Amino acid sequence: MLAKLRAPGWYRAGLFALLAIAFAYVLVGVVRSAMHFANPWTDGDAVTTVALLGVPLFVLVGIGCFDYWFYWVSGRATRPEDHSSHGAQSWKDYFRVNTDHKVIGIQYICTSFFFLFVGGLLAMLMRAELAQPGMQFVSSEQFNGLFSVHAALLIFLFVIPVFAGIANFVIPLMIGAPDMAFPRLNALSFWMLPLAGLLMVGSFLAPGGSFATGWTAYAPLSTEMPIGQLFFTIGVQFAGASSIATALNFLVTIITMRAPGMSFFRMPLLVWANFSTSLLVVIATPFIAASQFFVLLDRALGFQFFNAFVGAGKDGSVLMYQHVFWFYSHPAVYIMMLPGFGIISEIISVKSRKPIFGYRMMAFSLIAIVILGFTVWAHHMFVSGMQSWIRIPMMITTAIIAVPTGIKIFSWLATLWRGVLHLDTPMLFALGFLTTFTLGGISGVMLAMVPFDLHVSDTYFIVAHIHYVLFGGSLFTIFAGVYYWFPKMTGRMYDERLGKLHFWATFVFFNLTFGPMHVIGIQGMPRRVADYAQQFAGMNLAISIASFLLGLSMLVFLYNMVVSWRLGPRAAANPWRALTLEWQVSSPPPIFNFDAVPTVVGGPYEYGVPGAVHGIFQSPAQAKPAGSVATAPTTE
Amino acid sequence: MRRHPIIQMVAIGAVASAIGIALALWINWFPADAAKQAKPIDTLYDVLMIVSIPIFVLVMTVILYSAWTFRMRPGQELQDGPPIHGNTRLEVFWTAIPAIILVSLCSYAYGVLTDIEQTHKGELVVQVHAIQFAWSFGYPRADGRAVVSNQLYLPQDRPVRFDIDTQDVIHDFWVPAFRVKIDAVPGIVTHLRVTPTRLGAYPVICNELCGLGHSVMRSTAHVLTAAAFDSWLAQKRAPATPAGAAGGGAPSQAQLIALGRQTFTGDGGCGACHTLAEAGTTGTTGPDLGRALRGQSQADLRTDIVDPNARITPGYSANIMPPNFGQTLSAQQLDGLVAYLATVSK
Repeated sequence: MLAKLRAPGWYRAGLFALLAIAFAYVLVGVVRSAMHFANPWTDGDAVTTVALLGVPLFVLVGIGCFDYWFYWVSGRATRPEDHSSHGAQSWKDYFRVNTDHKVIGIQYICTSFFFLFVGGLLAMLMRAELAQPGMQFVSSEQFNGLFSVHAALLIFLFVIPVFAGIANFVIPLMIGAPDMAFPRLNALSFWMLPLAGLLMVGSFLAPGGSFATGWTAYAPLSTEMPIGQLFFTIGVQFAGASSIATALNFLVTIITMRAPGMSFFRMPLLVWANFSTSLLVVIATPFIAASQFFVLLDRALGFQFFNAFVGAGKDGSVLMYQHVFWFYSHPAVYIMMLPGFGIISEIISVKSRKPIFGYRMMAFSLIAIVILGFTVWAHHMFVSGMQSWIRIPMMITTAIIAVPTGIKIFSWLATLWRGVLHLDTPMLFALGFLTTFTLGGISGVMLAMVPFDLHVSDTYFIVAHIHYVLFGGSLFTIFAGVYYWFPKMTGRMYDERLGKLHFWATFVFFNLTFGPMHVIGIQGMPRRVADYAQQFAGMNLAISIASFLLGLSMLVFLYNMVVSWRLGPRAAANPWRALTLEWQVSSPPPIFNFDAVPTVVGGPYEYGVPGAVHGIFQSPAQAKPAGSVATAPTTE
Repeated sequence: MRRHPIIQMVAIGAVASAIGIALALWINWFPADAAKQAKPIDTLYDVLMIVSIPIFVLVMTVILYSAWTFRMRPGQELQDGPPIHGNTRLEVFWTAIPAIILVSLCSYAYGVLTDIEQTHKGELVVQVHAIQFAWSFGYPRADGRAVVSNQLYLPQDRPVRFDIDTQDVIHDFWVPAFRVKIDAVPGIVTHLRVTPTRLGAYPVICNELCGLGHSVMRSTAHVLTAAAFDSWLAQKRAPATPAGAAGGGAPSQAQLIALGRQTFTGDGGCGACHTLAEAGTTGTTGPDLGRALRGQSQADLRTDIVDPNARITPGYSANIMPPNFGQTLSAQQLDGLVAYLATVSK
């Protein structure tokens, strides 16, 4: 037992969690005594606040994320060549700290899908309450908690990390690298994530209920709420730190570890997409961290950043919270979309058996979105009471950002044209994505128009728009990507019939759930309400029924994934006849990815070019360019 | 004879777009329009639909046409498509055209915005005060004090400027029939301009999550004729005369109780949040008053209304009920409520 408590793992993590609580109790008690506060040893709020920060950090140490660095710091042997924590032999290895990017990728994907299902169930509860006007199942306090935790989980614990997971698995393989640049940092970034998720879900157990201020947590409401709010404030810090560390890791990996011959313009577009996303994450995420630290300081230490009613000058600034928050949270929607663009580019090119149309414009449009993405944040604040002139430049930039997005959509359409379309599950999700994301993009341009936004801001029109972008957009690309790389990740094939059933059920019920929300929004139903006027009763009932069926369609996916992973037929190394490097190794790939370092000799999408190759497994000296010149644009 | 595929698609797309646009223009999307601001916004929406539908139809036509015509047929498993890498002219075209469309839309929207936010001479100024979870509306008087009402009354066809503030967190003042909204922001006063045009009663909604009672933070906007508005305001300004007591003198107990019940069940009244069997209300934000108030003295009942945090029913939290009913209710209404609640909670 003692040995188990000393070795890295779950037992030691549990012990460290208890130590963290004791540490929080003593620290708070001592400080409060020294400051002559009342009840120094019995303030539950203060102890919880410190424990919320301490427990995750201590658990990370306990589970073994820092062992290597502690060995190094203390001068003990660090075993630099020991890769004992690399690769997974059994399912148990996925519950340990592992430095293999393929294991971490799957850990990310499974963890985030777990939170997708939790968040989805919360949405079902909301729809049950909203099926009829009046209050039936939950109190308004619980309802506010449901939509807040739903959104926070699906944004911070699903969409953002699941893309990091897919990229973790695929990017090193795609660029011909044996692993990520910083494998131990990679493991640490992953393990912060389930802790952030547990904090958010655990907030339901907090006295006073879970955080209930929406995922936006606008101050000063968030600084006045019960302790449950801090589970969000602090959970976001861990999710954010995880994102930043992973993004740095991707940037360094993509810049320094590409195989010989893989110039930037021979990178697959998924690599471009994750490169752009990582730039966004590294620049923007510190802003949400700051906004939540402000809330923490306001709430725990009485800093009054956002209190406009007390203090010498009554000078807390409520609008500052929104500016800082959206300076992250608007780029965050591109963080949640660009990797999906990358996935779609891979799939449409491979499944149409044609080179991607306008490769360079596809890459440049990603960079354009990164830059423009930082100039549009205040379009979330058209009715916030900020200076009114800011609305005009923000309206124009918001409209203009549709141009690079349009370039991508039109290029995908042109890639389809005259191809040989394999309409299997990943391709269906890609085509479904084009449909729903176009609708989400159009409603986005409508929302950019200030006068229209004055009417529909904070209504169900916004709920519809965000779900068309994040569900019809991001989640469809995630499904496409999971089906597409499932054979590579698991070495098994998924069931194609169930996959198609999943697509059609999801596509139909998605539109039936979120389409009518546009209408009730324009008619005047506000979002984030547990009760609503009688006139919206019929529509809401229909939406609720469609949403339950949408929930059921997810079970088809779950069943397909679990059963195929265990019992599906063995997958070939390259079932899609794709050119990119990850398909040139076995399924699943060998422990260090490539037995020989590949050399890249052409573009990644040279389908239809006779004899074209993207990478070969020979030394650069032996390699000869094959096929046409990589990506020189040729006209039809 | 097979016609050129592009011509075929353009024909299909044009028909589909025409049907879509006709449908979009025919559907009545918006709630009643009761202000001058509504028309330009509704027209902007129509224009956006006319521009958007062909774009969506274009994308869909290409997807469906490709999925049908270019789908892999048996025997094509190992075939590839033609190696087309791009077409610079086409790419320039689909970068420039959307940019031109978007900039034109922005210019048009800017025109609409200037139009609906125009200032007017002789605006009626109405103060909007937000508090968790109630609205109150102030009509400034010459002496600097204001007439306060918890329902919004506006004259028809006169430009109104709302000065909006809040005593606690962020709220949002929205009358869907007026189309425009703005947040009430702690520490600053925000403004909104509306010219009501249509007589009637329209919901006032808090549209920014403000806590537990957010979904019941409602009131009603009444648009009256100018004459009716003036007489309402004059009546409000006059020292309170008993609602039912014609000819002056103190109202009878029965009149008080009737007034109390009317206040309880009316728009934005107590019943929005409280269940009370006798009044037939079913709100669940606050405690069931049939039970909570049993056997209370009249003095305690009065305290419960004007200082709701003084005593909290077990299982409910402080700071949910607005603490300003002492100001927004008239003395008469307050007396009536106390009398009414005393009779029903015996």
